[in-house]
Amino acid sequence: MAGSQRVYKQRIKSTQSLKKMFRAQELIAASRIGKARNLTTAASPYSDAITRAVSAVATHSNASHPLLTQRTDTNRVAVLVIASDRGMAGAYSASIIRAAERHVEQLVSEGKEVDVYASGRRAISYFRFRGREVAGSWAEGSDAPQSRTAGEIADTLVGAFRAEASEGGVAELHLVYTQFVNMVTQRARVVRLLPLEIVDGVSETTEGEIPPLYDFEPSVEDVLDSLLPKYVRSRIFSCMLEAAASELAARQRAMHTAVDNAEDLIRNYTRLANQARQADITQEISEIVSGADALASA
Amino acid sequence: MAHMNVDVVSADRKIWSGEARLVSAPSAGGSIGLLAGHSPLLAVLSPGDVRITPVDGGGVVTATIVADGFISMDDNQVTIVADTIDVVHADAASR
Repeated sequence: MAGSQRVYKQRIKSTQSLKKMFRAQELIAASRIGKARNLTTAASPYSDAITRAVSAVATHSNASHPLLTQRTDTNRVAVLVIASDRGMAGAYSASIIRAAERHVEQLVSEGKEVDVYASGRRAISYFRFRGREVAGSWAEGSDAPQSRTAGEIADTLVGAFRAEASEGGVAELHLVYTQFVNMVTQRARVVRLLPLEIVDGVSETTEGEIPPLYDFEPSVEDVLDSLLPKYVRSRIFSCMLEAAASELAARQRAMHTAVDNAEDLIRNYTRLANQARQADITQEISEIVSGADALASA
Repeated sequence: MAHMNVDVVSADRKIWSGEARLVSAPSAGGSIGLLAGHSPLLAVLSPGDVRITPVDGGGVVTATIVADGFISMDDNQVTIVADTIDVVHADAASR
């Protein structure tokens, strides 16, 4: 019987050390969320400025640009999945990958070929384990994205969008990422990034007001050429930042639950260990008493 | 005298903002100068220095555009955007 006591003690000990790890992860995630949200706020003037500029071009000129026009020569579609580099974030990676798979299935059922691009080690290993080809992958700093990484991703994807159909050019680009609603709610979300649809930030001209005549330097085409890739990049970057905040929030919540569960386990095991100890003592007493009885009656 | 609101923004943060009398920038087609009331403009910038003369004196603010940026002017709101902007310094008393 002394054996079961020892087993419980061991379990309590290992659960306690796990609990310490969970607690540490929780605290790390909590402290990084603030940073991630600050990054989002810091990056918003840039994306606002770009969005304003792009919508100015869109409203004040009728120039067309390859990034704004629908391609009809190919039915290939690129899907970028933004997941996390590490686990310990509850259902975060699972739900974003599930959303991506659902979207891919839907695209396939519409008769499209899908190229998957993955950001974050979790997504990469998911597709690799299933022997699925990943057209491009990035695995650094999912919880603190750099604008440089976003730039690389944007360059690759815009390159794929502008490539010839025979060279694997894609007609559309979809983005699957986790939207940060608030600390408790994060939603997997699918957006179509290319061809671009500019809807937000378009300034409405009131009735009778003459829209200002814009000067474009050197020309509308050149301005669009330099603006639109930047717009794509800033959209991707802001999605990555939001995904990072979501990841950290999910991790904090998951680790908080893990700490609670570890505490429950420790409590249960302590009870069981106490019971086992009591049982041992009771048995020892009854053995002594019955031994003494046997001696006395002999 | 009329003046313009100027924002200098890089990919990851807002670098400078304030009111200015004059902004001169190296656009792709040559250097341009903007005063308040300039017609709406959207120009691609080539690498170089953007010089801003603030309303409150205090010297010229210089922002060095490292990689491709652009400047937009609309309704006396000037926005200078670039992926990387190197340094912003006021020649005399800094803000």
